[in-house]
Parts: sequence; structure tokens; C-alpha cells
Amino acid sequence: MEVNEKNTLFYFCLFLIFQTKSFSLIEVDITRGNLDPLPVAVSPLFSDEQTHSDLKKKLNINDLGLEISKVVENNLRQSGLFNPLNKDAFLQKPDIAHLKPRFEDWALIKSQALITGKVILKDDKLRVEFRLWDVLAGKEMLALAFTTVPKNWRRIGHIISDKVYERLTGEKGYFDTRIIYVSEEGPKTQRIKKLAIMDQDGFNNKYLTLGNELVLTPRFSPTNQMVTYLSYFRNLPRVYLLDIETGIQEVVGDFPGMTFAPRFSPDGNKVIMSFAKDGNSDIYTMDLENRIVERITNHPSIDTSPSYSPDGKYITFNSDRSGYQQIYVMKSDGSKVKRISFGNGLYGTPVWSPRGDLIAFTKLHKGRFYIGVMRTDGKGERLLTENYYQEAPSWSPNGRVLIFYRETKTDSDGKGFSAKLWSIDLTGYNERLIDTETDASDPSWSSLLTN
Amino acid sequence: MYKNIIASSGLHLGVIILATLSLPFISKKPIELPPLISVELIQITDQTNIPYAPKAKKIIEKVKKKQEKLISEQAPPKKVKKEKPKEILKISKKNEIVQDNAKAVPTPDKNKEKIKKPKEEAIPLPDKKTDEVKRKEETKQNPSKEKKLQKKIKKIQEEQKPKLEDAKVKQVSEFEKKEIFDPQNIAALIDKSKEEMGETTKKSDKITQSQDKNMEFSGLTLSEEDALKAQIFSCWSIPLGLPYNENLLVRIKLKLKPDGSVIKTEVLDHARMNKPGESFYKVLAESAIRAIQLCQPLRVPTKGYERWKDLQLNFDAREMIGG
Repeated sequence: MEVNEKNTLFYFCLFLIFQTKSFSLIEVDITRGNLDPLPVAVSPLFSDEQTHSDLKKKLNINDLGLEISKVVENNLRQSGLFNPLNKDAFLQKPDIAHLKPRFEDWALIKSQALITGKVILKDDKLRVEFRLWDVLAGKEMLALAFTTVPKNWRRIGHIISDKVYERLTGEKGYFDTRIIYVSEEGPKTQRIKKLAIMDQDGFNNKYLTLGNELVLTPRFSPTNQMVTYLSYFRNLPRVYLLDIETGIQEVVGDFPGMTFAPRFSPDGNKVIMSFAKDGNSDIYTMDLENRIVERITNHPSIDTSPSYSPDGKYITFNSDRSGYQQIYVMKSDGSKVKRISFGNGLYGTPVWSPRGDLIAFTKLHKGRFYIGVMRTDGKGERLLTENYYQEAPSWSPNGRVLIFYRETKTDSDGKGFSAKLWSIDLTGYNERLIDTETDASDPSWSSLLTN
Repeated sequence: MYKNIIASSGLHLGVIILATLSLPFISKKPIELPPLISVELIQITDQTNIPYAPKAKKIIEKVKKKQEKLISEQAPPKKVKKEKPKEILKISKKNEIVQDNAKAVPTPDKNKEKIKKPKEEAIPLPDKKTDEVKRKEETKQNPSKEKKLQKKIKKIQEEQKPKLEDAKVKQVSEFEKKEIFDPQNIAALIDKSKEEMGETTKKSDKITQSQDKNMEFSGLTLSEEDALKAQIFSCWSIPLGLPYNENLLVRIKLKLKPDGSVIKTEVLDHARMNKPGESFYKVLAESAIRAIQLCQPLRVPTKGYERWKDLQLNFDAREMIGG
């Protein structure tokens, strides 16, 4: 027994000696990395012969699996965070890859993540399975299956993109969303403006109004399929509500004058807007359930472009009460008004980020227009893009990307004018044109359609 | 009278025409909404049972076999844990004796109780817990204490065997002063000592001069560190969607082979990986592990394996993301 005890003591001392060695564990700080987009491989989804021919008959699409993978690939590339690899480089065909992929083959083409999947048609329902693999660790990171009607296959592509994005970046995606905008046609002096809606990637474009009257500033409700916008119906500019599902539209509130710059509250229960009378405009809200109208600001200056914070406790708006147009923040009852923009130039169209940390704005300085963001206390102003004319930023639901519109100059003949939608992410690097059939302005991003 | 009727009907007609012309929504069909999509979760595990593609199967199995070998070499069996309670008891008894000499420590009875209770808990604890304990202990140690201890050990080593016994007692008492209030740590330490027992018996019995030097100068030289850093900088793709204003530090402990290839990676703040609201941390940790896997074999110095066989990499994205 005693020997045993001695032994233990001996070992214990040895361990202490060893322990001091591991005290001096070498630490190396890695503070830099590359900011290149993550290389991912999106293998075309596999479908067997039967499904293949059935789908071809139904949708007139040759290879649906390939098409879905293209949707995913395009979404990931647009985000600027991923670099989908060229399919020609793939060593494994989809019929093998959808089983357990051979990771060596994918690592060889420098892919770090791999998306595989399978398309099945069963009882006229489309079932799409997909798996996300960590190529380097040889591990499965995510696997989901979706069932829907075959016509809906593009959305499945978007949902897969969202899931992959969320798993690999840690924040929610924004691909299964739609954008409402004003479609513009005709010469500049006689523009026909219609409300239009499309998927976030520009597909499934549809028109919501016929273009009989001027429409402006459509805004999506954050909670449902309602849109609020400004229409010059019978030449009286007023804020309207439009239910996309039913097509019913109505005037918001009964104001004796012009209402404009509408926006929903984050819970979707209120519309906040400006009401102008005798050259003075103030901010009002209307509760959509009980129709009660409330006046928020009361100042002889022009207060407009209100936007709620995502928790609904604050409102940001712009006002010229200091002499120039600047951005202000106040509590949602109109108290504690505080100016937050102090830079050179004019600031307008403030929009609170869905993440709550930033406010996006348009800035006019020395004849140039900038889209930028600042923190909610006005600090940390960053200008993301600069151009001849651009405005009206709208946030993606995850608060990472801004969509806005940009107009080009008309030349001396009055030609060459165009208005297009652009998106830019918070880094300021990933600027992209969003293709639309017609000219487009005043975009507004919907929230995620799923969940 | 007629005039009135004409005026009235004309007005009505006008209203109707106006309404049909300028209220196109009345006649407009509602837009078709995309139908619902039902989502099904497929359960995933670390080990997938999805069938292999015929070609890939053989190769993967080969690789697996290799990996199994590696694992069995390096990971000690967990049965060891069962012996823990006895050991602690003995140690604590020894400590009591020492503490009487040292005087500075609270009464032994209390300690005994303290140590006993957590012991019982410590046995069935899953691996994670012990990991956490290890971590705590690591962060506690500060460099000045380290140096003191190192000096002490040197002294001990220079002295002859009978004196070594005394030194041990001293060590124990000092150890106790620090750690006695957190008895769980002891359990963890002992666990560790068991793990590494094989190596210690071999190596620390004889202390050669070269090893002695290594102990004095531990750490990589600047150029060695730079080489390693530069290599990993190029492999690490920082996830671009990370939030700013967050703690973006991931500490990863590595076990290396002499050629620089990685035997084992361990994320030190493992608990944070699955914390709700910190999903970005998991993403960051995964990116760091990917970087290590992509980079291996690591560019480590050719000499002095003992020094860097355990290596800790602190991946810090704040500089890159926060700005």
C-alpha cells in the first residue's frame, strides 16, 4: 500500500514537471486571411430516367436538376461571398456525386463546400433533396428535402440557396424574396409608370397596375403580402394600400391633402407617412386595424421619409429644420428628436436596417449622389457608392445588401436616359445591376417568403 | 323635370364610365401566388450512412482505415477515468500533510469535503465538461507564475534524488495554494496526467542539456512564426458575412506530427459553437479548421518537435472584418 502511495506521488510530481512544459504552449495569432469568396461546387441535382422524361413533358425543361443548380449557383455568386466553380471542372458526374461524394475529387478542384442533390417526381409532386458537404473535413453539414408542385421549382432553388448561405455564413439568406418596383417606359416627359413585382433574381416579373396613373415609392409590408405606395389617382397624390393576393387597393386615411413617403411599421400593423399642407409637411401614422390616425411630428419645417427601427421603438426621418435637409431620429411617439447626420451635403431617405445597427441614406454633395450607411447614432458614416443620380436604398431582409436605383444623364438630344436597379452589399465592393425588362425605379425588398 | 332626369342620368352614366375607366382593379384578376413548399428535415450525423458510389467506396474505406489507426494511436481509452476517485483521495491526504507545514492554507477538513463532493460528480461527466475545465485552468495561469515554476523545476532537476522528494512536497503545497479552491480542476489535471503518462515516463526521467535549453527558450523564433503565419494567412478564407462588434476570436489547439501534419484539432471554446444567437461563431470556427486542413502539413521548424508538437492557433477576424 505504501509503495503504491509513493508511486502515485512520484507520478504526480512527474506530471507536475510535465505540466510546466505545457504551460509554455506555443500560441500563434492568425489575424489575417484572404477575403476571397468561398469556392463552392454546385453539382447538378440528379434525377433518374423516369423523372427526367416526366419532367420534360410537364415543364418542357430538359434537365431540371441542372436548372435548379444553376439558380443556386447564380444566387451564391450574386451574393459576392461565394465563388461557384465552373461545372466543366467537376470530376464526378451527378449520378455518383449524389450518393456519397468522393471528397478528394472535389478538393482537387479547390472546392471547399459541395452541394449535391436529387430530384424525384412522385404523384405529380416534385421532391428535391439536397445535401451540403464540407469537402475538407469530409463531413455532411446540412441535408433537407422539399416537396412542392413542379411549377414551383425556381423557389426551391432559392430556398436551397438560403439554407446554404445561412449554414456557411451564420446569417439568414435573402434569396427566397421578391422585389417590388416601379416599371418605367416611354420618353422622359411622358413616362408610363406601373407597379411591378419580380423574384429577387429578376425572374417571374409581373405588373400590378396598368399604368393609367403615376405611381411612386412602393413599399413591402415586412409581415405579409401588402404593399403601400403613392399613386396620383385623379391627379391627387395619396398613399394607397394594395393587397397582392386579392388585388384590392384602398386609400390610407382620409387626409385633406397630399400624403406621401409611406412605409410599414415592423409589425405590419401601421403605415407611417408624410402629410403635406400649406407647404408644411409632418409625419403621421395610421393603424390599419382601427384606422386611427396619429400625428407624430409637429414642426413648421418639412419632415418626411419616415422609417421605423426594427423593434418599432424609434423612427428615423429627414427634416430641414436645421436649414438643410438632414437625418433625425426620434422615439416612436415623436419625443426626443435628435439630429444624427452632420456631414457635408444634404441627407435624405433614411432607412433603418432590419438588423437594427445601421441606417442607410442618400446623400447629395457637390452635385453627386451617394448611397451610404451610418450607425444609428450618426457615427461611422460610410459611403458605399457614388454616381450622377441615384437614390432610394432598400435593405435586403438580412440587412446585408441594399437595392437602389440609378439614373443616367440624358444627352443633348434628350436621349440616353435610363433608370436601372442596382444592388450593393455593405462592403461596398459587390455592386451589381439587376436586370429588368423595362426601366425601373423605387425598389423595395420583401421579407423572406418562407418561415 | 325632364331636365333634372336627364342631368341625373347623365351624371350617373358619367360616374359609371369614370369608375370603369380609372378603376381597373375592379376588373383585374388577382395575381397567382406561388404555392406552398413543405420542408422536411433530414437528420444528419457526423458519420453518414448514405451509400457510397461504387468507385469511391474502396478509396474511402482505405482512407478510413488509415484514420482509424491514427485515432487508436493517439487517443487514450476512456476507461482510465474510473480510477480517478482513488487517486484524488490519496493526493488530498498527502496534501493535508503538506498543508500543515505550509500553514497558509485553510483547515484540511474543509478541503477534504470540498474535494470529495465534486469528485462524485466528476466521474460521469461527459468529455465536454472536462474540456471546459482544462480551458479554465489554462486561462488562469499567468506568465509570471509560469516562470517561477520553471525555475523551481530547474532547481529540482539539478539537485539529487533524495532532495527531489522534498522538492516534490514543496511543489505540491504550492500547487495546492492555487488550486485547492477549485477541486474540479484537480480531477481534470489528473485526467490529463494519465493521458500523457506514457510520454512523461520516457522523456522527463533524463533531462539532457538540449532539452534543458528548450525549456528555457520555448516558443518559435520570429522567422519560424512568420513562416507559419504566412502559410495560414493564405489558406484562411474569412467568412465575409460575419457581424462586426462581436468577439471574433477562435482558439484552436493542434497536435502535430513531426512533419507538420495535423493529428488532432480542438476548438477551445467549444461551448460557444452551439450557442443560440452565436451561429456566426460556428461558421468562423469551421472556417479556421478548414484553413488548417487546407494548409497541412504546416510549415513548422525542422528541429525541436518537442517545442511545437502542441500548438495553439488564435484565429482573430476582428482586424479584417471590424475595420
